[in-house]
Amino acid sequence: MELLCPAGNLASLKTALNAGADAVYLGLKNDTNARSFAGLNFTPKKLQEAAQYTKQQGKKIFLTINTFPKPREEKRWYEAVDIAANTGVDALIIADLSLLDYAHSHYPHLPLHLSVQASATNLGALKLYKEEFNIQRAVLPRVLSMKQVRDLSKVTPVDLEVFAFGSLCIMAEGRCHLSSYVTGQSPNTGGSCSPAKHVRWQEEGENRLTRLNEVLIDKSGIDEQMGYPVVCKGRYTTEHNSTPTHLLESPTSLNTLSLLPELAKANVVSLKIEGRQRSPAYVEQVTQVWRRAIDTYLNNPDNFQTQVEWDRALAKVSEGQTTTLGAYERTWQ
Amino acid sequence: MKASLGPILYCWPKEKVIEFYTQVASSQIPLVYLGETICSRRRELKFSDYMDLAHMLRNSGKEVVLSTLALLEAPSEYTELKKQVENGEFIIEANDMGAVQAAKENKLPFICGPTINNYNLASLKTLHRWGMQRFVMPVELSKHWLNTVISVEKPEFEIEVFGHGFLPLALSARCFTARQKGLVKDKCQTICIENPKGLLAQTQESQPLLRLNGIQTQSAACIDLTSELSSMSEMGVNYFRVSPSSISSIEKADKLFELGSQTAQVDDTHCNGYWHQQAGFNHLKI
Repeated sequence: MELLCPAGNLASLKTALNAGADAVYLGLKNDTNARSFAGLNFTPKKLQEAAQYTKQQGKKIFLTINTFPKPREEKRWYEAVDIAANTGVDALIIADLSLLDYAHSHYPHLPLHLSVQASATNLGALKLYKEEFNIQRAVLPRVLSMKQVRDLSKVTPVDLEVFAFGSLCIMAEGRCHLSSYVTGQSPNTGGSCSPAKHVRWQEEGENRLTRLNEVLIDKSGIDEQMGYPVVCKGRYTTEHNSTPTHLLESPTSLNTLSLLPELAKANVVSLKIEGRQRSPAYVEQVTQVWRRAIDTYLNNPDNFQTQVEWDRALAKVSEGQTTTLGAYERTWQ
Repeated sequence: MKASLGPILYCWPKEKVIEFYTQVASSQIPLVYLGETICSRRRELKFSDYMDLAHMLRNSGKEVVLSTLALLEAPSEYTELKKQVENGEFIIEANDMGAVQAAKENKLPFICGPTINNYNLASLKTLHRWGMQRFVMPVELSKHWLNTVISVEKPEFEIEVFGHGFLPLALSARCFTARQKGLVKDKCQTICIENPKGLLAQTQESQPLLRLNGIQTQSAACIDLTSELSSMSEMGVNYFRVSPSSISSIEKADKLFELGSQTAQVDDTHCNGYWHQQAGFNHLKI
């Protein structure tokens, strides 16, 4: 079972590998990936350096090209595939049909992973991508319950990777337009959800107002722990309830430590840690805990128990300092 | 360009749905989509009921498309989907790649609904090769996007634009309606039947923002692109979709070209931002 960690820059990449990651994933410094934030990601030269370092450590490196090529600008995305192939990365993580087609036909030996942004949740979708583009692995959207993951794992024609820890996207990934509805930019089009340039905090007496493109998405106490402002984690009223509540979800992170044995039994090949936009300190903390947890499980699969200090360490780096099992747990749904 | 009527995205009582399509049958609307696209727990109408409605509409001279579920999670949902695809009479609207696969396997043509990620010509051509006859443009894309795509070459497939109605913005495993009403999804009592236009959510400054429709999140504002009818027509758009939110949506679609641009609404409860490459909720006076 692979521990796959995020690398927003070279420092995070080295930290992740030293802390026990089996593989890292990263993006180029442009809008070909859905974490296109200023100061993040890799130039082709840095990617080369990253690949070299990773290979020296005997680990794997995956390049994320998970946004959708724009008409007349497709070249940028095709070039990203070319760069990856020439750098010798171990796999590409892709969502767009035309890009899968391009990668599969030009570099048939380069393994393809279906990005979570492709939103493949069922056997039919997985078969399609396998038959047409020979994908080796698919990253499952965070919408399936543990039972559904198990059911799918019995019939899937490809390896399955799941999100194990990190910011919780509560919508079927790749098919959420909440960010673009409010800001004009979405992960699919602009390369990020809730772009920072649209975020504004405003203090008003005892309150902090969080605005996204001037839309008030939350009002909180000055000292309240807040996550990064996204539409799905704001507090709103309804036509029947005038008390502002987290109608969709509260700021919280996904933490599946307690599901580790079940994920392993479902033959999930890779556990993904979210957070290319987070600091090397976050990457180190999360990687260390998960490395320990996976090793503990593998040493004695029948008696695995999560340790209080693991959960505590993870809660510290979580949004709102709380964690959830998200859709894996039926009652959450 | 012609009008089309999208599938009903809400949970309406069976009698209301039948009344709705009975009226549709006597309208001039040439293309009608029907079927449950949001949640398999909604069982007011069964597959056979939809087939009956499809026959009735076809006998009234309509082209009928069976719309399928957008988010497939349980194996039983995929089995049900295959049954719909293999109905033997009507073309389907695929709203998930699983449906595309089911159609492709059976060498059946299909329509791509708005939740299939079509963001460039090469992807559209791939889907066309697999049997796509028409696609509904993803709602966050713009007139500029469409112009760029079709200026490269004249497409061999038809184009439909989501022109009027509440925008489908997101899908989740979580049922927001049940949660808001203190119920768990597995015992939801199909409570979304209480909100025939979804449940309106507003910001703490009373700005209408979202509309909760079971596992789907919609826009609070209604997109209205009726002022763009003639330019869409010139561009080569084949269908202008009206997404039903009440019985009056039938008249909207039926008299689309008579009422035309003078009926385009530009106020807080309407939006057209996406079409003009802006935030979706914006309403521009054009």
